[in-house]
Amino acid sequence: MTGEERAGQEEVLRLSGVTKRFGALLANDNVSLRLARGEIVGLLGENGAGKTTLMNILFGHYVADGGSIEVNGEPLTPGSPGAALKAGIGMVHQHFTLADNLPVLDNIILGTEALFALSSNRRGARARIAQLGADFGLAINPNAAVSSLSVGERQRVEILKALYRNARILILDEPTAVLTPQESAALFDTLKRFSQTGLSIIFISHKLGEIMAACSRVAILRSGKLVADRSVESSTRGELAELMVGHKVASAKAEPQEAGPVLLSLENVLARRGSLALEDVSLDLKAGQILGIAGVSGNGQSLLADMVSGLLPPMSGALKLNGAELWHLSPAKMVAHGIARIPEDRHTEGLIGDMSVTENVVLESYRSSRISRRGFIDWAKALRFAADIIESYDVKCPGPEAKVRLLSGGNMQKLILGRVMSNAPSIVLANQPTRGLDIGAVNYVHERLLAARRRGAAILLISEDLEELLALSDAVSVMFRGQLSAPVTRAVTTIAALGLMMAGQGFGGEMRHAS
Amino acid sequence: MRLESRSTRPLALLVGYPLIALLFASLFCAMLVMLAGASPFSVFGLMAKGAAGSQFAFLETLTRATPLIFTGLAAAVAFRAKLWNIGGEAQLYAGAVMTAVLGTGALQLPTPLLLPILIIAAMLAGAVMLSVPAFLKTRFGVDEVVTTLLFNFIMILFVSMLLEGVLKDPAGLGWPQSKKVISEAVLPKLIAGKRLHFGFVIALAAALAVWIIDRKSALGYEMRAVGFNAKAARFAGIPVNRVLAKTALLSGGLAGLAGFSEVAGLKGNLTLDLSPGFGYTGIVVAMLAMLHPLGVVAAAIFVAAVFVGADAMSRSAGVPSYIAQVMVAASLLSMVTAMMLTRFRIRWN
Repeated sequence: MTGEERAGQEEVLRLSGVTKRFGALLANDNVSLRLARGEIVGLLGENGAGKTTLMNILFGHYVADGGSIEVNGEPLTPGSPGAALKAGIGMVHQHFTLADNLPVLDNIILGTEALFALSSNRRGARARIAQLGADFGLAINPNAAVSSLSVGERQRVEILKALYRNARILILDEPTAVLTPQESAALFDTLKRFSQTGLSIIFISHKLGEIMAACSRVAILRSGKLVADRSVESSTRGELAELMVGHKVASAKAEPQEAGPVLLSLENVLARRGSLALEDVSLDLKAGQILGIAGVSGNGQSLLADMVSGLLPPMSGALKLNGAELWHLSPAKMVAHGIARIPEDRHTEGLIGDMSVTENVVLESYRSSRISRRGFIDWAKALRFAADIIESYDVKCPGPEAKVRLLSGGNMQKLILGRVMSNAPSIVLANQPTRGLDIGAVNYVHERLLAARRRGAAILLISEDLEELLALSDAVSVMFRGQLSAPVTRAVTTIAALGLMMAGQGFGGEMRHAS
Repeated sequence: MRLESRSTRPLALLVGYPLIALLFASLFCAMLVMLAGASPFSVFGLMAKGAAGSQFAFLETLTRATPLIFTGLAAAVAFRAKLWNIGGEAQLYAGAVMTAVLGTGALQLPTPLLLPILIIAAMLAGAVMLSVPAFLKTRFGVDEVVTTLLFNFIMILFVSMLLEGVLKDPAGLGWPQSKKVISEAVLPKLIAGKRLHFGFVIALAAALAVWIIDRKSALGYEMRAVGFNAKAARFAGIPVNRVLAKTALLSGGLAGLAGFSEVAGLKGNLTLDLSPGFGYTGIVVAMLAMLHPLGVVAAAIFVAAVFVGADAMSRSAGVPSYIAQVMVAASLLSMVTAMMLTRFRIRWN
């Protein structure tokens, strides 16, 4: 009944010696992998280990420099997504590929019908989608517009899309990134049900817990090489982590520490942007403490972050710094008040890729007397400042004149840390500071945040990674549909409890309306 | 086929590709000349002679380059900040109108006082002309490509109205032209008896000033930051809208200077054919120069040489001078392609 029993039976996919180079980088180095009918294999590895490259080769987006792929014993035409689809390979991308303005039905049948057909068999398609939904517990209204669906439902549409095309091998790329722990558990159940009907699944993730919960076998990639291919049951978490990173992993943890005075507070703040809103949000940031904000993405965390960043003024309520209300918010003013802001998206908000390391380092401080005088920038001083940051924050780059877009994600984040933390800010906003980073860089960011906490900074940490929140935060509040829960201290909460809150438990919407 | 980003841009490519581009453009034009039934060698020879073969030809090229340097700088400054100013023509005429209004006798001042006033007034006129689209863009999100382009037509009709009305020269035999500017408002010639005037020197100074602003000043840094990534610039605390407003003032002002320099330096009065599309050609100049302020000077002289040379050539070789426009267009397209190839490499698979 288990995956291992079936594993010996029937091989549906075989990758042999797949190699792919990008310039000097060996993205996949002689990777071989087998997949049996009804098996769920986890593909584990850090960012940049080559997981996505391997799957893109399998799906025909890239052509491998060496090696071969066989599906059901037949060689797969390289470089053709069409051939991959025809061979029964379906892929659910991390970033959904749905047309928001079309209903579910059209999204699912899009591309399955002849381009110049006069009629389309929508009734048949509808029946089939209903059947698939019933078979796999993926019920969804085919007439609903995709734009009205929740993230979990959109993922369901993506999976249905693959099933509708008769996928026998399903590739899921970081499928839980947007789900609550409970939604993730439901997804794992669905995957198990798939495997019982003979579907084979490759589950890509860099999260150990998920791999252990969902998969029977795990293949681990490190720097493009397959370093392990073993059964999950006979492995411990520590072993897998070590295999993935290549050395022992010591993760950062916050030591208990006395809270100081409240440095920044939000009082009954209301704000709105588009369909998102913050409703009556209050919070206190205390010196020497980290307040974590948990929540499924899209529940208002970005509004909260933008407000503390100075981009979004509250419609009512107050933002207070050391007890004094702040008026006319702007990013420059927040910088002037000594608030360090680590933005959610390094590429679009944090850095300017086409400018040099130096130009990016002075982005917040070019007006200060340290760097410029009477409207003219002293680039020699800026260069020295950049060299300092590169040195003390261990930014790996060709030099201060190098374009930032050439840096890796981890080094970009170190650069941002250097920019905002170098003059010992008293308040730090860290919005998803470790998203997409490898474990080494994650630890570095954590250490820096904890160091700031030790010297008495008040830190607001917004994250979708509950393990991170519980490791670092003194207390965690949960955001749900624009409301913020009261903080719960780390000692008394668990991931499961936070997960329930993320799904809305304890947010008394009705009570508010009744009063 | 797909494009792959290069991690480095070797100097050999940065120099080699533009040269190959110019060679390619020349070969392409040589083909067209052969189609027109002439020998490419004699045509190119005549063009080179017409553009730089004599002192007269060379000075004529520089004279023609003068307004192009101004409008090229205007486009380069704006494009750096991703403010798509297509309205150089309107801003040029705004500067020209201002020069004609104030310089034809409304202000009776000695030259050292009058010329600076005219320069500032013409720059202001051009700056205001672009500030309106910039304001609409930052405040209401109106696409500045559309507004600046349409302002060109509005401005040209407005100038036409002025020249048939209040600004019409009573002694002009009915021609739609303004009075001549008073002698105190005339820019001196650089060489007595030739057409090249002091506007060329102002243009060079403007290019140098823009280069210094771009490289050294906080404003130039802000403009580049806004152009590359406005969202990150805003997050870091750069006042994006204010930077765009300053960019508009600078860009519009430079185009306004082109109008001043043509009226006060060359033509002497405002006419409807003051600019044969200098505003639009300025965009080509800026793109050829890859938005580099000093490159604009070289690109403007190159484009001017092609036009002046083609005029001279067509008189003796019988090939239409329209070939100049084809040459400039072919050079631009191959140059833009070459520049793209220095950033990306083509992969065939």
